[in-house]
Amino acid sequence: MPRDQYWTTNLRYLGLLLAIWFLVSFGASVLFVDVLDQARLFGFKLGFWFAHQGAIYVFVGIIFVYVALMNRLDQKSTSERP
Amino acid sequence: MNVQAWTFILVGLSFALYIGVAILSRAGSTKEFYVAGGRVHPVINGMATAADWMSAASFISMAGLISFMGRDGSVYLLGWTGGYVLLALLLAPYLRKFGKFTVPDFVGDRYYSQTARFVAVMCAIFVSFTYVAGQMRGVGIVFSRFLEIDIVPGVLIGMGIVFFYAVLGGMRGITYTQVAQYCVLIFAYLVPAIFISLLMTGNVIPQVGFGSTLVDGSGEYLLDKLDGLSQDLGFMAYTVGQKTTMDVFAITAALMVGTAGLPHVIVRFYTVPKMSDARTSAGWALLFIAILYTSAPAVAAFARTNLLTTIADRPYTEVPAWFKNWEQTGLIEFEDKNGDGMIQYVGPASDIENELTIDQDIMVLANPEIASLPGWVIGLVAAGGLAAALSTAAGLLLVISTAVARDLLKKGFMPNISEKRELLTARITAGVAVVIAGYFGIDPPGFVAQVVAFAFGLAAASFFPVIILGIFTKWMNKYGAISGMISGIVFTAGYIIFFKFISPELNSSENWLWGISPEGIGTIGMVLNFVVAVTVSRFTPPPPDSIRALVDRIRTPGDA
Repeated sequence: MPRDQYWTTNLRYLGLLLAIWFLVSFGASVLFVDVLDQARLFGFKLGFWFAHQGAIYVFVGIIFVYVALMNRLDQKSTSERP
Repeated sequence: MNVQAWTFILVGLSFALYIGVAILSRAGSTKEFYVAGGRVHPVINGMATAADWMSAASFISMAGLISFMGRDGSVYLLGWTGGYVLLALLLAPYLRKFGKFTVPDFVGDRYYSQTARFVAVMCAIFVSFTYVAGQMRGVGIVFSRFLEIDIVPGVLIGMGIVFFYAVLGGMRGITYTQVAQYCVLIFAYLVPAIFISLLMTGNVIPQVGFGSTLVDGSGEYLLDKLDGLSQDLGFMAYTVGQKTTMDVFAITAALMVGTAGLPHVIVRFYTVPKMSDARTSAGWALLFIAILYTSAPAVAAFARTNLLTTIADRPYTEVPAWFKNWEQTGLIEFEDKNGDGMIQYVGPASDIENELTIDQDIMVLANPEIASLPGWVIGLVAAGGLAAALSTAAGLLLVISTAVARDLLKKGFMPNISEKRELLTARITAGVAVVIAGYFGIDPPGFVAQVVAFAFGLAAASFFPVIILGIFTKWMNKYGAISGMISGIVFTAGYIIFFKFISPELNSSENWLWGISPEGIGTIGMVLNFVVAVTVSRFTPPPPDSIRALVDRIRTPGDA
């Protein structure tokens, strides 16, 4: 795989994952927290749950998804190069 | 066995453990001293990073801050975890691929400039000293309360321990003691959290427990009960925010970007063998951190509920023993203003006068006593608080010593210094830094979490933009980077110093720039840094071709 293609694929992954990162942190937990608080998740208001719990779980998930995607991409790029 | 005996035993055992680990992992070369030889397993590094970075503020102050702030406490929860996403995705892998030992190394080489390196060194030292002051203060608080030793000798003992393993073992010693410290601190945090969750909600997992119903037979959800109690006493409902959305946004962003820009966190990713390990390691670090960070809001809600039900509107003569204990330390103050012998603990919306002042640090430190847990749990919390403070202090001292020995001397004024003398200089600097940090601990410029929050703003405004631009663009040049760093840190430090030290009487939302508090101003400093850097680079010569090759190299996967 050419170097440029490796880099643009990486940038695409970054764009997608950082969009999710922004949505759960600044979106669900800050900007739209009052709207989400109308809904409930067991004893939590939903916006409050994102702000105090949910976003952190998603953060951990995002990193491990990126690790998996990049390990696959690294493997593809090195196996195609002699 | 009484509480104090348990505390002495548990704290003593944990110190013996750290010293033992330090003796087993001494550093022999500068590479071992700076980056532990670059051979640390990613999971081990993740654990060490978690301890390195979870400070006295995370362990002692955070749950208390949240329990007084309610929903707005999310600025700390999200700010201090979300930064790891930025670190894992945007910084750590590339800095590891770049190699070398420090953040100023990267800035100096990428921006082909000794001036840029020097500015980065100054930012690193400034940020690290701001941060380390808070740690030593945390050590002092734990010693003075749990072991009934004055703050001064408490800080001196803490300094002695850090001196021993940071100066002797360098990064290698620090890494393995931090692993031990992580185990101590997470155990110490979870045990009381689980106990209290069981007592109050019958649920073993605190993260689930604080969204469950109470076991008192009412069938009411804990958070609903807490909202009700708070409002009855004239406080804001717990699950509602008070800060403006703009301020919450700015503080969260400043803490996130600051986390990603803190030199003592970044430098940990130089210790793993290769680029892909840096990504994995950041994932593990956040997982280990998340265990504490998702428990903290639960602890906060439990502690707040307990406090309101056991103290408010009770006669002073009937208060539990822990209340009197903590009164002696000055962390709780009761003044019977209306002379009726009852404790009126009420919020701003109440018609009667509040008589109780509570320091937020108490919510974690006194939590086991408030919930009447056994003596060994209380001792464990003391050992955990010390582990959190010492591990972070050691990581910061290492950054300071590396910045002086490597970035200033070896790469700056004395390029011909021998490895042996460089190592000796690093050790002496670490020693001097311990002493200065101890002084700040005894005579601190503010309380723990507040001081630490400023370090994040400064890191966000100085390093993050130049590192990002250095990796993701090839056109950013030295003029842009230097002017960006200087304008970011001068603006941010100026704003903080103005509102906190020069004119604290003006420190209220109507005087703030766009309603952003000094805690959140690092976000604007960061944006300013980006804007200045990009603008200046447009009107100055582009970087040489060798720099474009360097950027290509760090973007390519592989070990070399």
